[in-house]
Amino acid sequence: MQLTSTAIETEIYQPDHQRLLEELGEVRLREWVMKMALIRSFEEKAEDLFARGLVHGTMHLSIGQEAVAIGASSAMQPGDYLLNHHRGHGHCLAWGSDVNLMMAEFLGKETGYCRGRGGSMHIANVEMNNLGANGIVAGGIPISVGVGLSIKMRGTRQVCLTIFGDGAANTGAFHESLNMASIWNLPVIYLCENNQYAMSMPIQKAIKIQHIGQRACAYGIAGVTVDGNDALAVYDAVRTAAERARNGEGPTLVEAITYRWKGHSKSDRQAYRTREEVKEWQARDPIRRLAQLIKMDEAEYEEIFKKAQATIEEAVAFANASPEPDVSTIMEGVYA
Amino acid sequence: MREITYVEAIREALFQKMSEDKTVFIIGEDVGIYGGAFGATAGLIQQFGEERVIDTPISEAGIAGACIGAALTGFRPVGEIQFMDFVTLSMEQLVLQAAKIRFMFGGKAKVPFVLRMPGGSGTGAAAQHSESLENWFVHVPGLKVVMPSTPYDAKGLLIASIEDDNPVIFVEHKLLYKVKGPVPEEMYRVPLSKSNVVRQGKDLTIVATSIMVQRALQAAEQLAKEGIDVEIIDPRTLRPLDDEPILESVVKTGKVLIVHEAVKMGGFGGEIAARIAESTAFDYLEAPIRRLGGLDIPIPYNRKLEYHAVPQVENIVEEARNLVALRV
Repeated sequence: MQLTSTAIETEIYQPDHQRLLEELGEVRLREWVMKMALIRSFEEKAEDLFARGLVHGTMHLSIGQEAVAIGASSAMQPGDYLLNHHRGHGHCLAWGSDVNLMMAEFLGKETGYCRGRGGSMHIANVEMNNLGANGIVAGGIPISVGVGLSIKMRGTRQVCLTIFGDGAANTGAFHESLNMASIWNLPVIYLCENNQYAMSMPIQKAIKIQHIGQRACAYGIAGVTVDGNDALAVYDAVRTAAERARNGEGPTLVEAITYRWKGHSKSDRQAYRTREEVKEWQARDPIRRLAQLIKMDEAEYEEIFKKAQATIEEAVAFANASPEPDVSTIMEGVYA
Repeated sequence: MREITYVEAIREALFQKMSEDKTVFIIGEDVGIYGGAFGATAGLIQQFGEERVIDTPISEAGIAGACIGAALTGFRPVGEIQFMDFVTLSMEQLVLQAAKIRFMFGGKAKVPFVLRMPGGSGTGAAAQHSESLENWFVHVPGLKVVMPSTPYDAKGLLIASIEDDNPVIFVEHKLLYKVKGPVPEEMYRVPLSKSNVVRQGKDLTIVATSIMVQRALQAAEQLAKEGIDVEIIDPRTLRPLDDEPILESVVKTGKVLIVHEAVKMGGFGGEIAARIAESTAFDYLEAPIRRLGGLDIPIPYNRKLEYHAVPQVENIVEEARNLVALRV
């Protein structure tokens, strides 16, 4: 008898860019660039506000990961559900949330999405079926099982997009949930936004297989690994997964490999990686990449960022002008 | 009135709610053909099919998460954790998700589900199948904690819990499952957060939860023969707690004994004692507040050791007798 590993080696999926460009069209992709610029500007402003001591709490920036947010959200339809993770400003904005209400929440104001009770890590927009970012690594993954069951029992053609990081893929909650979703054929997309570090733990040290996407085979579901800095690749994979889910073909595990340019949170000295590595990934800027793909000229690119920054300044002004929660309301919202 | 057992009362509540409300479904380990480890869901899969009586893999975090996700999107799930001990594996979902979602989202979402679980010792199941962990949940704002002590309350509280818009931890007791009592056939609700004066008396107040209410009642019968008149209060809902009847009773009797099966250290009795001490009822106390709880040990396997690990009728009788005899 000979025993060997049964892990299936997988390639990183290469999409047909030309087909996707034609299908999506330049107008829509220009909007993607705008939205990605808005996400980056939001987070750069968040960092700036924090550096100037104007933010009370912490934050987790997804700068460099914008292609995952825009590619995935663009593949979904109105009425679909979103569960995402603590590095979630991008997903929330890409999902169509109001930048003013997001900034107000970030600054802890009563006008924010969660009335200043949630903050950066817990922004939800229940009206748009955005069931919230989650401060617990893998915290949203078991919830996706219930959302998937609910969709199946109601018989609607909705899909639940569940986004989590590479760190979450090593929790027990991930295993329990993907197993349950697979045996019940639930309409859930498990999108692993692999930014390569679980705080300081590099993914190469955290898993023995090559790609997290390979784990799909353990659950008998479809799985794919894509370049997470390629918005079109993420879109292609998530859209295909959404179609499968809508057609009753069950869950899909999509892994998008990307990179976080900034530290884990405000206190990270980044001793676990080199400046060269960060620079290498900054050269693969997902926003610039999409702009180049649609042959956007530099002047327009800069103009888009200027507009995005102006929008963010307006959001900050809105948030600054908004009232703090009144202490007399402190007990509200614990029970329904 | 018709008499049925505690577990039959639970089954009837589930059956009646599921018949009435299509958004109610059951999810848990072996809840289908097996009927639940203690038979609480027996026959329901034949009535409602496997789409509404869902057998799960051994995935307690997954069961809790499934309840939360379905509750967030329009359902009223009733999850079952086979033994309360196993809820340790669901804690993240219950404490960090279910309890906090509504508050974190600024009151803009609700999470209406019930998670049923049998606690308690007395079955020889040893340390990992006999725990009474209710006070862990009592410490968590956003959760409700319900502990029925009779078949009547089990049915009425379960129906009220399913209809409640919040996550409810519903703690049953294994030794109560076979206890019979009067239960109306029609649907009725026992309101949450309403303490029940189970027995009226003037000499001593006993505050007891779950099976300890039954033991306190037996103790009260013995004590009555000695001329000691005991008042017994069952909070029924531990969180949010209705403490008024307890405080009123202490004002009346001047003496109080708190009894629960859970380990005394850090147990629910401490909260009751503190509330009495902090209130004007304190001025009426004629003796120190006394507590009876589980010993500071895991539940042992040996029958004799297990028996002595938690309060029994004779312990309550003795403690009550001493308390009544005390003059401060």
